[in-house]
Amino acid sequence: MCSLEHVNPRVRGIRVSPHSRLQILAAHITQDITLGALKPFKEVIDVSSGDPHRAGMKPITFVRQVLAVCLLPQLLEKKSLPLDVRLRARRLLEACDGGSVGSYTASSGILHVRQSIAEFIMRRDGGVPSYAKDVLISAGFQSALMVVVKLLASGEEETQTGMLTPMPCPHTLPALLDEGGVTLVPYQLMEDRGWAVDLDELHRTLKTARGRCEPRAIYISNPGNPTGHVQDWKSIEEVIQFAAAERLLLLVDEVYQDSVYGEGREFISYKRVLFEMDKEYSETVQLVSFHSLSTGQMGECGLRAGYMELVNIDPEVMHFVDTMLCISITGTPVTGQLALDLMVNPPQPGDLSFDTYTQEILLTRATLSQNAQRAQEFLNELPGMSCQPAMGGIYLYPRLHLPSEIIEKAKILEVEADVLYCQMLLEDKGVCLGAGCQYGETTGNYHLRLCILVLPDTLEEVLAGLGSFYLHGHTSSP
Amino acid sequence: MATLNPQVKAVEYAVRGPIVTKAGDIERGLQQGMKQSFTEVIKANIGDAHAMGQQPITFLRQVVALCCFPELLESPAFPDDAKQRAQRILQDCGGQSLGSYSASQGVECIRRDVADYITRRDQGVPSDWNSIYLTTGASDGIMSILKLIVSGRGTSRTGVMIPIPQYPLYSAAISELEAVHINYYLDEDDCWALDIEELQRAYLTAKQQCQPRVLCIINPGNPTGQVQSKKCIEEVLHFAYVENLFVMADEVYQDNVYSPDCQFHSFKKVLYEMGPEYFNNVELASFHSTSKGYTGECGFRGGYMEVLNMDPQVEAQLVKLLSVRLCPPVPGQAAMDVIVNPPKVHEPSYAQFIKEKSAVLDVLAHKAMLTERILNSVPGIKCNPVQGAMYAFPEIFIPPRAIQEAQSLSVAPDMLYCLRLLEETGICVVPGSGFGQREGTFHFRMTILPSPEKLELLLRQLKEFHLRFLEENIVPSAQIVLNPSRQWPSPQSSD
Repeated sequence: MCSLEHVNPRVRGIRVSPHSRLQILAAHITQDITLGALKPFKEVIDVSSGDPHRAGMKPITFVRQVLAVCLLPQLLEKKSLPLDVRLRARRLLEACDGGSVGSYTASSGILHVRQSIAEFIMRRDGGVPSYAKDVLISAGFQSALMVVVKLLASGEEETQTGMLTPMPCPHTLPALLDEGGVTLVPYQLMEDRGWAVDLDELHRTLKTARGRCEPRAIYISNPGNPTGHVQDWKSIEEVIQFAAAERLLLLVDEVYQDSVYGEGREFISYKRVLFEMDKEYSETVQLVSFHSLSTGQMGECGLRAGYMELVNIDPEVMHFVDTMLCISITGTPVTGQLALDLMVNPPQPGDLSFDTYTQEILLTRATLSQNAQRAQEFLNELPGMSCQPAMGGIYLYPRLHLPSEIIEKAKILEVEADVLYCQMLLEDKGVCLGAGCQYGETTGNYHLRLCILVLPDTLEEVLAGLGSFYLHGHTSSP
Repeated sequence: MATLNPQVKAVEYAVRGPIVTKAGDIERGLQQGMKQSFTEVIKANIGDAHAMGQQPITFLRQVVALCCFPELLESPAFPDDAKQRAQRILQDCGGQSLGSYSASQGVECIRRDVADYITRRDQGVPSDWNSIYLTTGASDGIMSILKLIVSGRGTSRTGVMIPIPQYPLYSAAISELEAVHINYYLDEDDCWALDIEELQRAYLTAKQQCQPRVLCIINPGNPTGQVQSKKCIEEVLHFAYVENLFVMADEVYQDNVYSPDCQFHSFKKVLYEMGPEYFNNVELASFHSTSKGYTGECGFRGGYMEVLNMDPQVEAQLVKLLSVRLCPPVPGQAAMDVIVNPPKVHEPSYAQFIKEKSAVLDVLAHKAMLTERILNSVPGIKCNPVQGAMYAFPEIFIPPRAIQEAQSLSVAPDMLYCLRLLEETGICVVPGSGFGQREGTFHFRMTILPSPEKLELLLRQLKEFHLRFLEENIVPSAQIVLNPSRQWPSPQSSD
């Protein structure tokens, strides 16, 4: 029989994410409640990951209507559905083989959708050209990133490919790098400067990393996940120059581009900045930017679709990217691909659905912005807790002071202290947050991650639970 | 390029390879007004039913549409049984939305429904929903299991036994994972049956170079279409038991059985009937998907796998691996739920459902027979009975002159054949070399999915092409050289 020793060492080496552990605990508690167990709370509120629908946010009506018609073309006749919905569905069905969402698509995605995405990118970036051939669709941003990671991966130990990774980073990233066989090379973001990127830190990290692995790429998310930092033009330029000088592939996660709410802040894409730089940069810097349906506005995580745009990548390498997508076995579900089209090509002024669409977008934006403000104020008032001003994204990432007995207990149990804290919070208050869990060098600071794209009432419950637990410790017996 | 991961460079994928690219070019040319001796490209290369005009099952689409846009639950146009299923699925989704991440193993009520389906299908053999994993198509499950258990170095490197001919996902996966290919040949003279002696031969030969650990079987077969007999399956399971092999049973075509002499036997059921010593020990992963059967929902990327007798520590690693990709697409999970939980006899949608399902399967069975009959009437083509699945995999006689020409062009002879076929008729099929075949033999795989009219046209044109091909390579049809190891029909006899 296959035993642990027969398991692929690459799989064994995938670190167990604290997130999974907390999720399992949350599931157990929920099950206990269903079976009648009495708890000091009536249900688990899970805001540890970016899943807006789970937290009560509603999908965009236009998106769901069009998809429903695509799924059941008989609905094309249904007069109660707005005409623009039905026209769009018909157009999208024409782009599907056999006019059905049940057909396979080309491995890099439906051409019509890739075209829509390219046009969106061009509009967004003030006319910088974007081509469908450089846009590749995948089943969620993780899938796209995995393709790139696998292409980069080679070597072992000191010769293993390394990727500069921000600390903190999206919580799914470390395990993904483990699976792909790439070394995570952490660079600290500057908390006291709102989690900005620091060039000296990048240089220092690179210098220390060389000799321990072969750094070949740098990853950054903008807006920052989970920090909420939104880079300005200069900061982006500096990172591009660094990547160019050090010949690193630039991987930019721009999934939360539609969720910038900070005053005076706007989203600027890496590509836009790159193309305004001199030819020595704009024609050579290799850049891959990622986007997906799992955004603040769409929140369609369960539909599993995203895309990457590849800039200045060797055409031969592009061919292999396509091959990888071919056998990347997952393949992007058609409903997800069509949803991407709806995301990048929403109702326009004059369209029947425009008003409803606009209201829904504005409501989401307002909820996010108000929640951010409310939560930051609340958290900053708690003694020992501090939250950098977030400007975008859907998370807050406050730093907190952990009582020494928890730190001690964590050492004994051999778990990270902030994970233990989250566990205890979950058991006592039914509130599930993400643990900061710094990888690489511990700075001695602890953080929590909470998704703030939730119903305002839900946010209040989360803050109440967290606040009470933070100030008074657990109310149930230890 | 130089810095590209070497494993990636080694991977090829037959089904979507150069033939398909060329077909795309020709198709675009036709659209732009280029003249050919044919008016359209007929894509008989990929098992995509909807692309070839098969209609979706209404009930399935109704349920998923209701899940997608729950306001439709208020509409009288939808039957109650569809609404009930949609509500049940949404209840188990975060925020009652298909847009939430599900658990990485899938939505709980759907996993339970899959377990119930398996128990019913296997006439009471128990299925535990905790051993059910929903996947992004069957390929996701297959790849995950292979990735999980490939280990070792040198002579202890994991060897994976795969049937020849096989669905090229397996060989691509083995290459990417740098596991060792162990090919075992299916017996073309016996309707592509699994031959236990051949399995043993392959195993013993491989044992010197690697550690054989996995045995992959596709039943019903792709590309061969054979439906394995119960006895065959027993022999294979016994072999796996003795040699301690992990069995991967790809059963995505379990609903596609056409031959009245054949019946689908699940590996799990056969294992159960072999008694507790086998049932409690043989490691078995069985795979199913929404892409085939009578629903043909490839675009949903839905599927599941059931895992039996896996060491709990290994299973924990599997769960960890699956969680890296977060979760399978939720609409695909919903589609899988409808397939395992279709309308029951007393439910309002039953009549229409059965009508649609039978229509699809009857037409497939008809096309399977038609294809087999016509192919066998062509001198120089021999086709085994298409007992199930969606393909015909005929053996073709390629004259020595054409073989030489192919060699001079550095392509496989059957690739040359398929390219010529495409250029002259617009018919796109996949050369046998992409699936594997015995040295010196040539095949191609075509699907039976085009509509009956198109299929008849395709087969007629194929026949004409083949006769021309033989003639052009200066082989009078009365003098077809028989492959000494095989029985060819002589041109005078009719099949």
